[in-house]
Amino acid sequence: MIRIPTKKKSKKSTRKTDTRVDGRKLNELRPVKIEVGVLANADGSAYLEQGKNKVLAAVYGPKEVHPKHLAQPDRSIIRCRYHMAPFSVDERKHPAPSRREVELSKVIREALEPAVFLEYYPQTSIDVFIEILQADGGTRCAGITTAALALADAGIPMRDLVAACAAGKVDGRLVLDLVDVEDKNGEADVPVAFLPNLEAITLLQMDGNLTVEEFEQVVNLATEGCKQLYALQKKALEEKYVTVSEEVEEE
Amino acid sequence: MKSPIVARVKQKRIAQLVSSGKRLDGRGLNDYREAQVEVGLIERAEGSARVRLGKTEVMVGIKVEVGTPFPDVPNAGVLTVNAELVPLASPTFEPGPPDENAVELARVVDRGIRESKAIDLEKLCAVPGEKVFIVFVDVYVLNHDGNLIDASAIAALAALLNTKMRKYEVKDGEIKMKTGYTQLPMQNYPIATTFAKIDNTFLADPWLEEEEIMDARLTMTFGKDGKICAIQKGCCGYFTQDQIMEVAKIAKEKSAELRKLVVKD
Repeated sequence: MIRIPTKKKSKKSTRKTDTRVDGRKLNELRPVKIEVGVLANADGSAYLEQGKNKVLAAVYGPKEVHPKHLAQPDRSIIRCRYHMAPFSVDERKHPAPSRREVELSKVIREALEPAVFLEYYPQTSIDVFIEILQADGGTRCAGITTAALALADAGIPMRDLVAACAAGKVDGRLVLDLVDVEDKNGEADVPVAFLPNLEAITLLQMDGNLTVEEFEQVVNLATEGCKQLYALQKKALEEKYVTVSEEVEEE
Repeated sequence: MKSPIVARVKQKRIAQLVSSGKRLDGRGLNDYREAQVEVGLIERAEGSARVRLGKTEVMVGIKVEVGTPFPDVPNAGVLTVNAELVPLASPTFEPGPPDENAVELARVVDRGIRESKAIDLEKLCAVPGEKVFIVFVDVYVLNHDGNLIDASAIAALAALLNTKMRKYEVKDGEIKMKTGYTQLPMQNYPIATTFAKIDNTFLADPWLEEEEIMDARLTMTFGKDGKICAIQKGCCGYFTQDQIMEVAKIAKEKSAELRKLVVKD
């Protein structure tokens, strides 16, 4: 449970100790827990907890495209659905896709596409489903981090994993990985998706108010966060596949 | 939305020219097409504007209606932005509910106005928690020749500045309209600037055929104080951090230039 101190108190106490509403340092990620290969039916899947965010992603494909006219003769297409469960937020969210979810599905797809060798699978689609089971700020980024792992788990050839993380400005300070209250009361929020090996930024959005100089620092902060997540992603993949290969050897 | 097909020779020609700093229509890399802004064309709407950016044409109409506020902000009016990619605007637009491109367009325009606090929404509250004014911004694309975001954002700002709402008074919790009009309470002028990336070169204000072959797109919206208030990266390519900062510098200058089209000081 996050305790939200009163305004006056929070300014005093946070500035003094240099910590945030949930006690983190300015450049500290929330605790992350990742598991790869969690769903039996999907070709690839992953589950991620980042603070109170709980995200499930599944990948089906490459498979035949329906309707057929969407198929591309020279490459595979990615279809992506980002969706929040009705119970994922305080006030029940109507299950029908909102305009926010339509936009996020689009930008998440565009964040994942540069990472995948789409030209290997012409005439097919790769379907990516992201379900937010519980939301506490930064779910689009958590969704990308999880979906990239599900793609890797499905055995789809990739140039790199995609790690995503937001940074922003809260109470005049630049901070990494904003929780919901920080996002709502803060001055700016900048979600970034990053392919560390290619140094490519594939998702960049912002809302709020920042000078160009502050913006540059925030992007720096966010990419550093992405690099930390990237290490955790690789560890999670290793954990699954190292155990699998050990089991095979035993047999 | 089906994308129009650009002949391979033309694709190559565009890319070739871009690598030597030129463009097919003779513009420099950082040049915008000729822009025209007209306001007050629709008398029935509280505010309206039509923007032509080259052959791209966008109309924005503003309607102001009385409604209930959101429970979490009972003292503020409501801003709603909607965009329609009208089928008459392009052979690739289909009738039907807004697709992801229309939703993205509306939300990027919305973010610019909202985050820059362009409208002082608190002044649009008549009876706190009960009756506020809702500002509907409807973006209507009339001809699609690329860079709909910038054209729509300019048109939205011009239409908001053109908006006149009826004077009113509050009696026993009821709104009574009076004769005469007032301007919308505007306090910032957000301007969006969009750049396309083709072969690691950046082009301001991409037109349709450049959009078809671009690797990625970056839109930055600036307020009048020169601060960034919204960003949207689009398309399936990527940017490096240095490229983003390079675009930010040019975008800041361009947004100040474009603002003069709408705000005369």
